[in-house]
Amino acid sequence: MNFTYIILIPLIPLAVFFLLGIFNQKIKPAVSGYIGVAGLLTSGILSFYTAYQYFFVHGKVAGVYQTFVQKTTWMNFTDTLAIDMGVLVDPISVMMLIVVSIISLMVHIYSRGYMKGDEGYTKFFAYLGLFSFSIFGLVLATNLFQIYIFWELVGVSSYLLIGYYYTKPSAVSAAKKAFIVTRFADLGFLIGILIIGYYTGTYDFETLNNPEGSAILNWAATSFMGLSALTWALILIFIGGAGKSAMFPLHIWLPDAMEGPTPVSALIHAATMVVAGVYLVARLFPMYYFIEDGFALNIVAYVGAFSSLFAAIIAITQTDIKRVLAFSTMSQLGYMMLALGVSGYEGHDGLGYMASMFHLFTHAMFKALLFLGAGSVIHAVHSNYLKDMGGLRKYMPITNVTFLIAALSIAGFPLTAGFFSKDEILVAAFEHNKLIYGVGVLVAGLTAFYMFRIYFGIFWGKNTQYKHTPHESPLSMTIPLIILAFLSLFSGFIPFSELVTADRIGFEAHLNYPLAAIAVTVGLIGIGLAWVFYKKENDLSDKFANVFGPFYKWAYHKFYFDEIYMFVTKKILFNGIAGNIAKFDKKIVDGTMEGIGNKTVVVSEKIKGMQSGKVQDYAFAFIAGVVVLAMVFIYLWTN
Amino acid sequence: MIAGISIYEILTVTSILFFIGVYGFLTRKNLISILMSIELILNASVINFVVINKYLYPDMLQGVIFSIFIIAVAAAETALAVAIIINLYRQIASVEVKDTEIMKY
Repeated sequence: MNFTYIILIPLIPLAVFFLLGIFNQKIKPAVSGYIGVAGLLTSGILSFYTAYQYFFVHGKVAGVYQTFVQKTTWMNFTDTLAIDMGVLVDPISVMMLIVVSIISLMVHIYSRGYMKGDEGYTKFFAYLGLFSFSIFGLVLATNLFQIYIFWELVGVSSYLLIGYYYTKPSAVSAAKKAFIVTRFADLGFLIGILIIGYYTGTYDFETLNNPEGSAILNWAATSFMGLSALTWALILIFIGGAGKSAMFPLHIWLPDAMEGPTPVSALIHAATMVVAGVYLVARLFPMYYFIEDGFALNIVAYVGAFSSLFAAIIAITQTDIKRVLAFSTMSQLGYMMLALGVSGYEGHDGLGYMASMFHLFTHAMFKALLFLGAGSVIHAVHSNYLKDMGGLRKYMPITNVTFLIAALSIAGFPLTAGFFSKDEILVAAFEHNKLIYGVGVLVAGLTAFYMFRIYFGIFWGKNTQYKHTPHESPLSMTIPLIILAFLSLFSGFIPFSELVTADRIGFEAHLNYPLAAIAVTVGLIGIGLAWVFYKKENDLSDKFANVFGPFYKWAYHKFYFDEIYMFVTKKILFNGIAGNIAKFDKKIVDGTMEGIGNKTVVVSEKIKGMQSGKVQDYAFAFIAGVVVLAMVFIYLWTN
Repeated sequence: MIAGISIYEILTVTSILFFIGVYGFLTRKNLISILMSIELILNASVINFVVINKYLYPDMLQGVIFSIFIIAVAAAETALAVAIIINLYRQIASVEVKDTEIMKY
C-alpha cells in the first residue's frame, strides 16, 4: 500500500508558513486567514482519507493492523547506524493525524474571529502553520531522532506563540520559561536517545518495538547502577516526555503559557503539543512494557497519578479561568500517563494503552472546546478572572451550551465522550493497581467539581454589571464551538478498542457497570457540590476555604513550586555556583589576560622614547651591537 | 697580486677605509654625505673580496664575481636612496638628517 501522499500533510502547513511568513506585509489579513484555513483543510481532508484507507481498507492484514513505513536515509554514521527521515503509518499515528487536523482546523477558523484587528494577524497564522507542520512531522516520525527534531520544532513554535504579545513582559517571561523548562527536560530525552543508539545500534521505532527484536530481548545484557541501561534510557526519555506533557515536577511552565492568545492555548497547550509526551511513551510502549518487566512503566504510572491529583487540587483554587483549564489539562495528561502505566500488552490486558489513546482523543476535543469557549468569554468581557464574570448565560447562549457540554464531558457525565474514555482508564487502573485506581476516582470527583465551579462562576453566579454589554461571539468563533461540542458528545462511540490497541489485534471493550457507576456518582457529587457553592452567589465557598485554611493557601499558591524553583535557581544556582564561576572568570581568567595587556602598554609607554626617529641613533646602536658581538666572538675563538 | 705588498697591508688599508665610512655615516648631518659614507663602506668590502680572492685562492673567481654584484647592487641602492632624498626634499625642503625626525614612533 502506497502512503507516500501522507508527506503532503505536514508539507502543506509548512508551505503556508513560508508563504505567510515571507509575504507578511503584502498579504491582506483577511486573505491570510483564508490561506491558513485552506491549507489546514487540505491537510485535514488528506488525514481523514488516510484514516479511512488505513483503518478500513488496507491497514488490516490477517486481523492485525500493520505498520507502513516510507523512509529515506538522511545521515549515515556507520555501516549499521543511520538516521532516516520518513513517514510511519500505524494506528496511533493515524489517530493523532485526525486529532491534530481537527483541532488545528477548528483553531484556524476560530482565530479568524478571535484575532480580528490584531496587528500581527498574518504572523499569527504563519506561526500556526509552522506549529501544524511540526506536530504533523512529530506524529509521523519513523525514528527517535526524527521525533526529536520535530519535538524541538514544536517547542520553538510554542515559544513563538506564547510570546506572541511580545510587548507584555509577562508573556515574554512565560515564553522563555516554557522554552527553558522543556529544553531542560529534552536534555534527558537526548541522553536517552543516545543510550538507546549506543546499546541497540538503531533508532528505528519498528526495530526497537519488535517484541521479538534484539533490543527488547537483550535488555538484561547491560546494567548500570542496578538497572538495565535501557531502563535508564527509557526513564530519561520519559523525562523529556514529562517536560512536554507538564508532568510533576516539570509542570511549572504550563500555567504561565496561558499568556499566549487563547486559540493557541487550545491548540498547543491543551490538545496537541502537550500530549506529545503521552504519544512518545505510547510510541515506545513495547519497550516500556517488556524491558525490565515494566520498571520504567511503573514510574510513568506513579508520576502520572501524582501529577493528576496534584494539578486537580491546584485547579480548584485558581481564579483565572485559563489557569484552571491549564491545571485541568495537566491533570488529564496525568490520567493518560497513568493509564499507559497500568497497561498490559496483549488483548484485553492492553486496555490501559487503548484507554489512554482514547482519552487523548476525547480530551483533545472537549479541552479544546473548553479553551475556545473560555476564549469566547474572554473576548466578550475582556478579563481572565472569575470575579469579572457571572450571569453570562443570558448574553452568550451558544458559548453557554457548548461550554456546558464540554464540562459534562470532562466530568464524565454518562454517554458523553469523556465518560467512555475515563471509564476505560479507571477499569484498567482497577485491574492492575488499586492505589492508582483510588487516585483516579478522587481526581474524577475533583475534576467535576472545579470544572463546574468555573462553569457556574462564568455563566450563573452573581449578576455582574458590565460596562459594555457582552454579546455572543461572531459566527467564525461559534461554528468551531458547535462542531467540537458535537464531537465531545459523540466521539465516545468510536470503537477504539478495535482500532487502536497495543498489540494491534483489537478486542471487544464493554462498560464495567459497577466501576462506571462509582465514577459517575463521584462525578455527580463533584457537580452537586459545585452547584451548592457557586450556582447562586453565596459565601459557602469562602467558609469552606477557611476550614482548610493553610492548605487552601498552599494550593492557591500552587504549593509554592514557582517560588521553590526560583529559590533553587536564583539563590542556590545563580548565587552559589554561577556567581562564583562568573567571579572566577572575571577576576582570574579575564584578569590574567587583561593584566598582560595592561603591562605591555605600560612598558611600551616607557620605552617608546628609544624610537627617536634619528637615523643615526639607530645606526649607532646597530654598529655598537655589531662591535660588541664581534668582540665576544673574537674572545671566544681565541680561547 | 702586487709585488712587494702583502695581504696584511692591503687589509689594513681597507679596514681604515671601512671605519672612515662608519665614522662618516654616524657623524655627517647631510643625507648625501651619509650616502657617500655608505659607498666607502661598500668599497672597502669590495676590495676585501678581490684581495682575499687573489691572494689566497688565485685559481678561483668567486670573489671577483661577487664584487661585481656588489657594485651593481650599490648602484641600484644609491639610485633608490637619491630618489628618496629628492622626495624628502620636496616635502620638507631640506636634506638634513635632523629634519627627518617627523617619522618617529
